[in-house]
Amino acid sequence: MTVKSDLPQGTLELLVLKVVALGPVHGYAIAQRLQQVSRFVVRVPQGSLYPALHRLENRGLLAAGWKETETGREAKFYRLTRKGRAQLEKEAESWERLTEAVGLILRLSEGGGE
Amino acid sequence: MTWWHRLWRRKQMEEQLDRELLFHLEEHTADLIARGYAPEEARRQARLALGGPEQVKEECRDARGTRWLEDLAQDFLYALRTLRQRPGFAAVALLTLALGIGATTVMFTVINGVLFKPLHFPDPDRLFTLNEQTKGISDYRWGDLWAYSYPNYLDCKLESRALEMSAWRYNGGTVSAPGEAEHVDGIEMSSELFPVLGLTLARGRAFLPEDDRPGASPVAIISYALWQRHYGGSTAAIGKPVVFEGKSYTVVGVAPPGLRLSLDAEIFTPIGQNTSVIMQRRDAHPGIDVWARLRPGATLGQAQEELAVIGRRLAAQYPKTNEGRGFVARPLRQELVVEQVGGDRDMLWLLLGAVGLVLLIACVNVASLLLARAVSRERELAMRVALGATRGRLVRQCLTESALLGLSGGALGVWLAAMGSRPFVALWPGSLPRAEEVQLDWHVLLFALGLSLLCGILFGLAPALRAPTRDLEQILRAGARTVATSSRRLHSSFVVTEIGLAVVLLVAAGILGRTLWRLSSLNPGIDMRNLLVARAALAPSILANPARIPAAWQELLDGMRRVPGVQAATVVDTVPMREGNNQVGYWTSAALPEKHQMPLALSSSVTPDYLKVMGIPLREGRSFDEHDRMGSKLVIVIDEVMALHAFGKQDPIGKHLWIPDMPCVGPKGETFYDCTDPYEVVGVVGHVRYWGLAGDDQARVREQFYYPFAQVAEPFLPRWSELMSIVVRTKIPPLNLLGQLRREARGATGDQVLYEIYTMQQLASRSLGEQRFLLLLFGIFAGLALLLACIGIYGVLAYVTSRRVPEIGVRMAFGASRRDVMRLVLRQSLSMILAGVGLGVIAALVAARLLEHLVTGVRSIDPLTFALMICVLVAAALAASYLPAWRASRVDPMRALREE
Repeated sequence: MTVKSDLPQGTLELLVLKVVALGPVHGYAIAQRLQQVSRFVVRVPQGSLYPALHRLENRGLLAAGWKETETGREAKFYRLTRKGRAQLEKEAESWERLTEAVGLILRLSEGGGE
Repeated sequence: MTWWHRLWRRKQMEEQLDRELLFHLEEHTADLIARGYAPEEARRQARLALGGPEQVKEECRDARGTRWLEDLAQDFLYALRTLRQRPGFAAVALLTLALGIGATTVMFTVINGVLFKPLHFPDPDRLFTLNEQTKGISDYRWGDLWAYSYPNYLDCKLESRALEMSAWRYNGGTVSAPGEAEHVDGIEMSSELFPVLGLTLARGRAFLPEDDRPGASPVAIISYALWQRHYGGSTAAIGKPVVFEGKSYTVVGVAPPGLRLSLDAEIFTPIGQNTSVIMQRRDAHPGIDVWARLRPGATLGQAQEELAVIGRRLAAQYPKTNEGRGFVARPLRQELVVEQVGGDRDMLWLLLGAVGLVLLIACVNVASLLLARAVSRERELAMRVALGATRGRLVRQCLTESALLGLSGGALGVWLAAMGSRPFVALWPGSLPRAEEVQLDWHVLLFALGLSLLCGILFGLAPALRAPTRDLEQILRAGARTVATSSRRLHSSFVVTEIGLAVVLLVAAGILGRTLWRLSSLNPGIDMRNLLVARAALAPSILANPARIPAAWQELLDGMRRVPGVQAATVVDTVPMREGNNQVGYWTSAALPEKHQMPLALSSSVTPDYLKVMGIPLREGRSFDEHDRMGSKLVIVIDEVMALHAFGKQDPIGKHLWIPDMPCVGPKGETFYDCTDPYEVVGVVGHVRYWGLAGDDQARVREQFYYPFAQVAEPFLPRWSELMSIVVRTKIPPLNLLGQLRREARGATGDQVLYEIYTMQQLASRSLGEQRFLLLLFGIFAGLALLLACIGIYGVLAYVTSRRVPEIGVRMAFGASRRDVMRLVLRQSLSMILAGVGLGVIAALVAARLLEHLVTGVRSIDPLTFALMICVLVAAALAASYLPAWRASRVDPMRALREE
């Protein structure tokens, strides 16, 4: 049973990249961070988080290693590679351009109505 | 981590995935507990949030990108397991495929070696063969291409910048010392030949330009084999003499082992030392081959242009001989491969086609076996679809299974081909050109691999595409009881195809059998029992003195007659059904037309008792006798074919023929002279199948005449004597006398040898070699096809009837008798057989036309053979259907119904 995500296609990966960019972090922490930061607006299905992480790892955008957490347990930590950082910048930029453009269009139609 | 790492460390990856997800769940649970949930509830919530762990894992595995390979491995193991479960099925399928693929691979190996492989000289694409080319005049055999005359070759060689040229011509003879005298093939060649071909000698040196001119000291290169036979492979051979045709040459080199030009030459001498008249005449074409290599940087276009310029210049300078005559270069490969392989090429393709049919039948057979299995596995497959397998996945799985079968069959087939291609070449009638090139190589392996995969897909496709997608419920509910009509139709179409293909092969084999039977019962025109023919080489000292030649032949014949068991011995220049013939134009009046417009006849020069010894029946007039000699009236004896063509219904005896190419001399003793004296026909004899039992009816030149050897002018005697053969009639099988005949032939000087020794029966049987060989192979193929088709029809009927057991049970419960049931099954089988025969007959008609076109002596329209072969097939197929029919009739209606 897959929980359907309400994120647009590919956005989850962008968000994951952004979260990991802040410093090495394990899967559970990413899930939490996403939920907190988006103030519970964006519901990330945890089930699709791991396949996304593995996809990014296999594409060489993320690197992973096993490290101890603060509580002394072993966890798989992800960090951004150089390639990942470049990808993040590129995608963030195109995302911003897109939202800006969408915003422009939306504002324009409102102005036309007044 | 690379793709490979991910693939190899699968286990590790799985472990880490487990740990990662476990960590997530535990952390989440701990958080929830901290927020006040009860531990049980916390764990439940955490699991819910993550979703089904197996599904998450599956998605993570997909993310690795190694999935398809893992699936493949899984499918492979699954396929292996299912095959192992039914070893009988696997064995039949593998054997069938191995035979089909093996036979096809053997044929391809031969074709690859003989037709496709490049010449074994370095840089073979820059090698060309040169010919003179005439405008307007077209020879009956070579078209407008002529062998070079020696002066033309010298001029071309001198003036060409683009081509490095060399020349060679046949020059066989007797090597009489050191060691036992023997006749060998040899060539005269220019010093450039070995460098042009890029050959390096095994020992010693090649010819130098100094060796290659008149008056130079005689030197020779010997073949590797001759070196082994006569010198024991000793290095000391270099510098030693070799006596060839009575002349002593100094051995300067040993040719590389296995060297083949268009013949197996054993001794090589410089062509420039040959001072005979024929080499100095621009209008003579003494069989000179010119082979050339493009110089570095030059192109074929440049070479052709240059040759055209030289041709025009020579035509202007020597209009009498060179008017309308140019020069042309063709790839050497063309001459050595295409022209030499000639008719054998058609035969190779024909056999590949036949083998392909066998392979096709094998594929259809395996396909119907697989299909039967796929249908009985329908429920299993439907179950898998219901559990979430996609259609593509199932198709892939089915194809993996059939590809596995195909590849294993292919591997077995390649093994068979590796064992089989040598014996196959050895069986080839006559000698297959370039046979030494027939080996397994990567071309062949690639071919076999492609073929196996293709077969695998071909026979796997039908079952695979049946993978269920719709009506799952019905299939699952219906169980394994009913046979879908679509599968029954597919099954019968398989049987129909198999029967059709088998018909083609059976009819082809039948036609070949009939042909061989018809041809071997033909009258050859001679009495072939206890008749031995052999070429005889007179002592070189005698050939050097033409006046002594007639006496020498007489002496040789007397020697032969002295051997106990010999009845008669005679001499002839050309022997029927053997290589070598002499075609000359003739005319019935002195007003001769252009040479190429004259009808051609085969001429043989004979001693008086030749016709009697050969058993050629005299139809009219007289045979030759001792009075027909030099200076007496010129006489010939013609055969009935020539009599009919030249004189129609008139009586030929006493009539005259003008034959300009006969061995006569001009008023001043010149030998290049068109004879003007007429020949009187004194007798008519029966026709001899000169071109062999198979080939004679279709031969272009069938007319024959004989003339007395005693009337050959003296200057021609040495040349004629080089070609003469003796014919010996014996009272016992002649090969038993061979030793004594050879000893007698040796003569006073001990250097006369007999070679190319055959009995007439061997020659006749050899002339049917092609037909016999094809019959053997087609017989094998047809037998295989019949067997496979029977297995196929048996398998399909057994399967279909086993699935109709309940229906049969019902029929019997309603009163059908056992006989009715048998009739039911046999009728079903007969309808498939007849449909197959119908299709097959159409295809067989096409195949028969092809055979008629490709194999001499075949007549394609042969209703009797068609009928006979079809009867054989129908009988065999019905016999194969009998067992399933009988079984069906033994069905116990009560049990059948209970099972339902």
